[in-house]
Amino acid sequence: MVDEKAIEDFTVKLLQLAVTELPKDVKAALQRAYCEEKSDAGKTQLKAILDNVNLAEKTRTPMCQDTGVIIFYVKAGTQVENLGKIENALHRATIRATREVPLRPNAVNPLTQKNSGDNTGRFLPFINWEVTSGDTLELTVFPKGGGSENVCALGMLRPGDGVKGLKKFVVDTLIKSGAKPCPPNILGVAVGGGADIAMKLAKKALLKPLDAPNPDPELEKLERELFEAANMTGIGPMGLGGTSTVLGVNIDYAHRHPASYPVAVAFQCWAARRASARIHKDGKVEYLTHKVV
Amino acid sequence: MTVYKLRTPISEEDVRKLKVNDTIYVTGTIFTARDEAHHRALEFYKEGKDIPLDLQGLAVFHCGPIVKKKDEKWIIVAAGPTTSTRMDLFEDEFIKNFKVRVVIGKGGMGKKTTDAMKKYGAVYGAFTGGAAVLAAKAVKNVKSVEWHDLGMPEAMWVLNVEDFGPLTVAIDTYGNNLFEDVQKSVEEIRQKIYEKLSV
Ligand code: SF4
Repeated sequence: MVDEKAIEDFTVKLLQLAVTELPKDVKAALQRAYCEEKSDAGKTQLKAILDNVNLAEKTRTPMCQDTGVIIFYVKAGTQVENLGKIENALHRATIRATREVPLRPNAVNPLTQKNSGDNTGRFLPFINWEVTSGDTLELTVFPKGGGSENVCALGMLRPGDGVKGLKKFVVDTLIKSGAKPCPPNILGVAVGGGADIAMKLAKKALLKPLDAPNPDPELEKLERELFEAANMTGIGPMGLGGTSTVLGVNIDYAHRHPASYPVAVAFQCWAARRASARIHKDGKVEYLTHKVV
Repeated sequence: MTVYKLRTPISEEDVRKLKVNDTIYVTGTIFTARDEAHHRALEFYKEGKDIPLDLQGLAVFHCGPIVKKKDEKWIIVAAGPTTSTRMDLFEDEFIKNFKVRVVIGKGGMGKKTTDAMKKYGAVYGAFTGGAAVLAAKAVKNVKSVEWHDLGMPEAMWVLNVEDFGPLTVAIDTYGNNLFEDVQKSVEEIRQKIYEKLSV
């Protein structure tokens, strides 16, 4: 049986893993960018990023001082026991991780500007629920930094703009962001649905591993095209110029209203922190993004 | 591109040798200052009051560190750079009055600061955004904390550092500004990208 305390404990562990160690696909992408980078300044910056990442992993310290706003994605089977207690467990885990890891307190009331001090508050940590059949619980933690969040953009394009409009919007948004989101970045792009749906899908697309091809060949082609376009800009690591501006582009879509064409672009910085694990009915934990010994 | 190791106090002559795209590592004394500390230092200067230490030849670091106290000693936990453009408001006067030779931060600075760097002899060293562990590792110890009443992130933390870097020289004393150059060349290539995507 999986009880509330077990979920809390393992969530603290997942949060710690996420902020101190990058998933292997991100590490590999940074390594590749370093090898392929053409500019000296870009290479220097990528080397510093890799050194920083290795040091963080070795010393189990957060790789960036901004440990983000805490977002969870929960995929819960209907037969998981104690479903109603998961939310509580995630809250308590966030408070504990803030103290124990430690994480920077990043939950501020937008009206009073008061920081809650423990990363919780109204709607925080934010939990995205998905209900599935079965008896396993899959949890992803996604600590999202502010620098890359601040350049996310939503365009309510005209349906007549179509895919061309989408491409232009992505390129324009990236060029405008410049050095701000601590490049190299991962771009999550989504089209359709509505304003909220597009942004939700774009953000979720940031979680897709960089080494997994898109199952939809049309999207895969579009991703490649935008990836190459993004790296043509020359913004480079930290905006100092170079060939590595993005590590990957992940695209998703939803069907749309005939009159709307929403396009959302979500940014993730080089500190692309995420960690996922599955808890089975017998309490066994299977880590999906990290090797845990 | 050349790699330089600089030791504080850094001379004007040394700093005038540096060019954009060079890499520098700083050893010696650096201090953190964000909006508030810049503001107060300039106010003090105007009023003829002494500031806590002589800044000539030092490096100013745009950073609001996370610091903890252990056995009566301050320890830097994380010290990544903050966005420098906010300090454009003060930096020209700051360089002129206090003769700091290196400004460390992320994201680059504007024309006013670039002009002051050329005139008075200072460079901007870009430190990798978010690389907080790397920065903390280069800090050997906290020499003192000044103006602590401004709060932990805004106070002036005086740090003893060894090989603090890598810093990419992004503004030099010749009026070159790497961030602006990159922005310009990105603008130039924009149309080409549109064509390639046929948009
Ligand atoms: S954008 Fe990312 S790497 Fe840069 S400071 Fe924010 S969280 Fe850290």
